[in-house]
Amino acid sequence: MRARYALRSVALGYLALLIAFPVALLLFRTFEGGVGPVWEALSSDEFLSALRLTLLIALITVPLNTVFGVLAAIALVRHHFRGKRLLSAFIDLPLGVSPVVVGLALLILYNRRDGWFGAWLAERGVQILFNWPSMVLATIFIALPFVAREVVPVLREIGTDQELAAQTLGASGWQTFRLITLPAIRPGIAFGVVLTTARALGEYGAVAIVSGKLVGKTATMTILVEEHFIRFDEVGAYAVSLVLALLALLTLVGMQRLKPREGR
Amino acid sequence: MSTVLGTAGVGAGAERAAPARRLDGAPLTRGVVVAYLSLIVLLPLAAVVARSIEGGADGFWRAITSGPAVAALRLSLVASLIVVAINAVTGTLIAWVLVRDDFRGKGAVNALIDLPFALPTIVAGLVLIEIYGPRSPVGINVTYTKLAIGLAMLFVTLPFVVRAVQPVLAELDREMEEAAAALGASAATTFRLVILPALLPAILSGAGLGFARAIGEFGAVVLISGNIPYQTEVAAVRIFIQVENDRTAAAAAIAVVLLAISLGVLLAIALVERWSLKHEG
Repeated sequence: MRARYALRSVALGYLALLIAFPVALLLFRTFEGGVGPVWEALSSDEFLSALRLTLLIALITVPLNTVFGVLAAIALVRHHFRGKRLLSAFIDLPLGVSPVVVGLALLILYNRRDGWFGAWLAERGVQILFNWPSMVLATIFIALPFVAREVVPVLREIGTDQELAAQTLGASGWQTFRLITLPAIRPGIAFGVVLTTARALGEYGAVAIVSGKLVGKTATMTILVEEHFIRFDEVGAYAVSLVLALLALLTLVGMQRLKPREGR
Repeated sequence: MSTVLGTAGVGAGAERAAPARRLDGAPLTRGVVVAYLSLIVLLPLAAVVARSIEGGADGFWRAITSGPAVAALRLSLVASLIVVAINAVTGTLIAWVLVRDDFRGKGAVNALIDLPFALPTIVAGLVLIEIYGPRSPVGINVTYTKLAIGLAMLFVTLPFVVRAVQPVLAELDREMEEAAAALGASAATTFRLVILPALLPAILSGAGLGFARAIGEFGAVVLISGNIPYQTEVAAVRIFIQVENDRTAAAAAIAVVLLAISLGVLLAIALVERWSLKHEG
């Protein structure tokens, strides 16, 4: 019994020191000077512009990666083809790539001077770098694996009996997918979407390299946190952080509600 | 078999275009997946590799053996290894408490584990500076030290081992433990000989994912580490600074080394997972 309490105290103590206290302190520091300065920071044009940009990035990233994740999971679980293991490894690849490397890669591809596509696109008036498209590309890269990784185990678990029955009864592939497969994998998709959204709203490193960090123009909320911090505008940094932390909290609630199985 | 299952997938486009004929949607699905993956992930990574060897093998070698680059890579590697070792212990411990122990507020603690995943890394960095920085309410200031880097990495990698071990521990058959205890094994012996071997694949795979995350970490580290070359500059920050100085070839060379290490680890995890699936029966 004593061992149990000891283990519990160590585990909870570690979590408190590493996670809970620091995040609680953020709340305290944000409102140290009252609500006024926080409200001012959150109603400024730079914040509204950052909020809009962050939402735009998430609104493009999440649907694209969701469709990709479902298609990829179906290919991985239901289809037989050579190179499947390789495809699976490539889908997980973004988990092992540093965000700054993603930013660097997009810089090499799309810069105007010697980018692989940069000059060609520039001639046609398309500006990828230092503009929202590159930030979307970076975010899509970073958040790519999440939906597929959640849907694959669900798809494997539900098996093919019902799908085969539908086919036998004359359902088309699309009907089978829409009426049988999709409802069954919906929880997995939902969980994956929550993870993808959290990642899309909070990405920093990759986006920081390709954005050019123009406050009021190409600064997302995370970039705004850093910009406030290095300009010694602490209340501004805390206020934006608090909004991001609240979004993270919403994510946690979503994860608890939707968790299809223990763990990821 | 594969043609039947193929249409169960997303024959969507093909099916609609030619409703009279049953088309196998599998190649289309696969084509879309491969194209998207190539455009978003593979092409950019290929560009990094290409840029890193633009100046020949010589240039690549010079870039990754320059003093600051070696120091940064070594720091990232060593710090990640230490962090992962700590994670393996604390992660297993936390998973144990969450599965086997019972106390009020356990649900909240369980939810808290995912916070480092949900919280943007830059916010994590800011939050750590707040509590373990110059204005620390507990009087501990670790900013601009290697300890700060370890702390930031510990924060962002917390969920990996916990979430890998938790489901395995929950499904573990307790009869074996009871048998061991009945035969006179102490709790420690039971853990070492019965439980730990069953958890090991999960611990390794969680630790591996955590390692891949830690070695490339940028957002949580950049504010608190001070980025002093040779001392507290991690590889990701080194890459960032080289990019800012318009030295993309040198940045790409360091990036390729980082990629190679992460890929090696991810590959090892895949092998561990395959091995443990095979031995599950």
